[in-house]
Amino acid sequence: MSSLLSAPSALREDALRRLKREMWARAVKLGLRSWVGWRRGFTSKADPQRSGRVTAEVIEHLERLALVDFGSLEAVARLEKAIAFADRLRAVDTDGVEPMESVLEDRCLYLRSDNVVEGNCAEELLQNAHRVVEEYFVAPPGMCSPKWLNRLSLSELRI
Amino acid sequence: MAALMLRWSCLGKRWVLACIDGGSRHGRGAAIGLTSRRKRGQSSVAQQPLIAVQKSRKGEHEWAAVVGLEIHAQISSNSKLFSGSQVHFAAPPNSLVSFFDASLPGTLPVLNRRCVEAAVMTGLALNCRINKKSLFDRKHYFYADLPAGYQITQQRLPIAVNGSLAYSVSVGKKPSQVSTRTVRIKQIQLEQDSGKSLHDEPRSQTLIDLNRAGVGLLEVVLEPDMSCGEEAASAVRELQLILQALGTSQANMAEGQLRVDANISVHHPGEPLGVRTEVKNLNSARFLAKAIDFEIKRQIHELENGRKILNETRSFDDKLGCTMPMRDKEGKQDYRFMPEPNLPPLLLYDTASLPPGADPQQVINIDWIRERLPELPGKTREKLIQQYGMLPEHSFTLLNEVGLLEFFQNVIKETRAEPKKVTSWVLNIFLGFLKQQNLAVNESPVTPSALAELLNLLDRKAISSSAARQVMDMKRGNPRAINKLIGLVRKATLSRADPTVIKEILERKLSS
Repeated sequence: MSSLLSAPSALREDALRRLKREMWARAVKLGLRSWVGWRRGFTSKADPQRSGRVTAEVIEHLERLALVDFGSLEAVARLEKAIAFADRLRAVDTDGVEPMESVLEDRCLYLRSDNVVEGNCAEELLQNAHRVVEEYFVAPPGMCSPKWLNRLSLSELRI
Repeated sequence: MAALMLRWSCLGKRWVLACIDGGSRHGRGAAIGLTSRRKRGQSSVAQQPLIAVQKSRKGEHEWAAVVGLEIHAQISSNSKLFSGSQVHFAAPPNSLVSFFDASLPGTLPVLNRRCVEAAVMTGLALNCRINKKSLFDRKHYFYADLPAGYQITQQRLPIAVNGSLAYSVSVGKKPSQVSTRTVRIKQIQLEQDSGKSLHDEPRSQTLIDLNRAGVGLLEVVLEPDMSCGEEAASAVRELQLILQALGTSQANMAEGQLRVDANISVHHPGEPLGVRTEVKNLNSARFLAKAIDFEIKRQIHELENGRKILNETRSFDDKLGCTMPMRDKEGKQDYRFMPEPNLPPLLLYDTASLPPGADPQQVINIDWIRERLPELPGKTREKLIQQYGMLPEHSFTLLNEVGLLEFFQNVIKETRAEPKKVTSWVLNIFLGFLKQQNLAVNESPVTPSALAELLNLLDRKAISSSAARQVMDMKRGNPRAINKLIGLVRKATLSRADPTVIKEILERKLSS
């Protein structure tokens, strides 16, 4: 889904428009009652009470987990549209089909021999750090608990 | 009441619940719900009336505790799990860190063959089924010592599952009263270690050292088949011995090579399991049993006072002897597991499925590894019992003390004395001597050859056993004993030897 979000917005808008047109065309054809039934089936796997809406609770949860900032209602709306778009995948019948976990599933996993060939570059590594104390990286306090995420805004995170 | 509970735990009493035998856990409808070990010395008897009073006030339900463990063992290898930087305990900060370990963009994980072999060996030694295909996943969370923001682990399909570990616990006061228990192993997986964070409170900062970041870990998950601190400690000890025998991990808890997290809950027998708490980072064998027992008692105490147990994470404060909440969980942690996109599935083979003409460096044959497994502690003990006719509990002591088995075998090699005599001397007098002087076996002033010689003399009846013991006394630097020995030697030589010469010879021999 992240790739969908990062796809160029023009393409996304295009696809959404096409989808909307398709949805309405089908609805008109099948009639109101079957449209309601179809929609219910459409969101059957999602929370029926939400009916396509992402709650504020979930947004907060996502913001904490992924350190993203859904700063505006527009962003939340875009998220909901993206979820609805991806949900179309459920229309595909995948019964009895093994999921593909990785495009590398046919590749060979290379096994490296247990030799020391890297390291000893503390200076190089530390040169990118904003703050350094005697060859240690420095992190702000409380970075070790999820609580700090609630207090700091994204801009403050640029340490 | 809280103070009372605290005192019990700090006195180090083993208020072990239902540890005696499966049977005794359920049968007793006695007023004392906590089946304490009556035979454990005077003070426990003195405490009993207090518990009885408490119990009858609260109700007469028995409690059963359920303990599961997650053990992380650092793999003994030259380089890390996914990168070629060195694995070493003490080194200048951030000197053993590669670009991948520091999570610089553009770096990719490359799996270390030795770590896979270590996982397979450990799985085989613990009677697991080795999964011929296992997968790597990312476990996401934010923490200063996890530069990537995720840890590569094996959540969906680990490398080994469904094994068992046999260990023994003492079930009575006599050392011979031991019972063998088994704990099921849910799975063994390969995962990365995180770096180390040092909290600098006064300056309000945390210092991060990534030397440990990326080191290969074996996570061994034990099912909640244990019921008290002692069982958990015994299981961990046995796992330590197995890992050390295999060479897959040095499993030294003091150096952080073996870390244990315990999941503990209590319930009434017959009722569903209670809410569990997690006690994290138990890094010392000594405090493992103590922490678990405290947590069990704490939970019982809370429940009996009508309170609820929170599903939280706690840590053990060894100075106070109690567990404290570590961080409040705002709902369950969501790790957002996803398949590791940079690593294909890990495929293992056996002799039957080995692809012909494959590069031996690039394939791992489970059968080949199984054939070359070193002797496990259980087997070693069996052999000792058969070969030397020693009692089971002696074989346990010999293996439990670091270096003692080797010492014993060296003495056996050089002495003519009977094995039973050697066993008795090594386990009672020699070990007792070491304990008194607070020495490890490798620090012992008495060499195996010296002990062998002493036992030879004893065997030949050249010296009496009391004289032999006095020699040991002498090693303690007891001057009176030295004089006594001089006297004995004189007697033996029918007063023909010169005392000063005897003293010189003895001192030379004793100092060697």
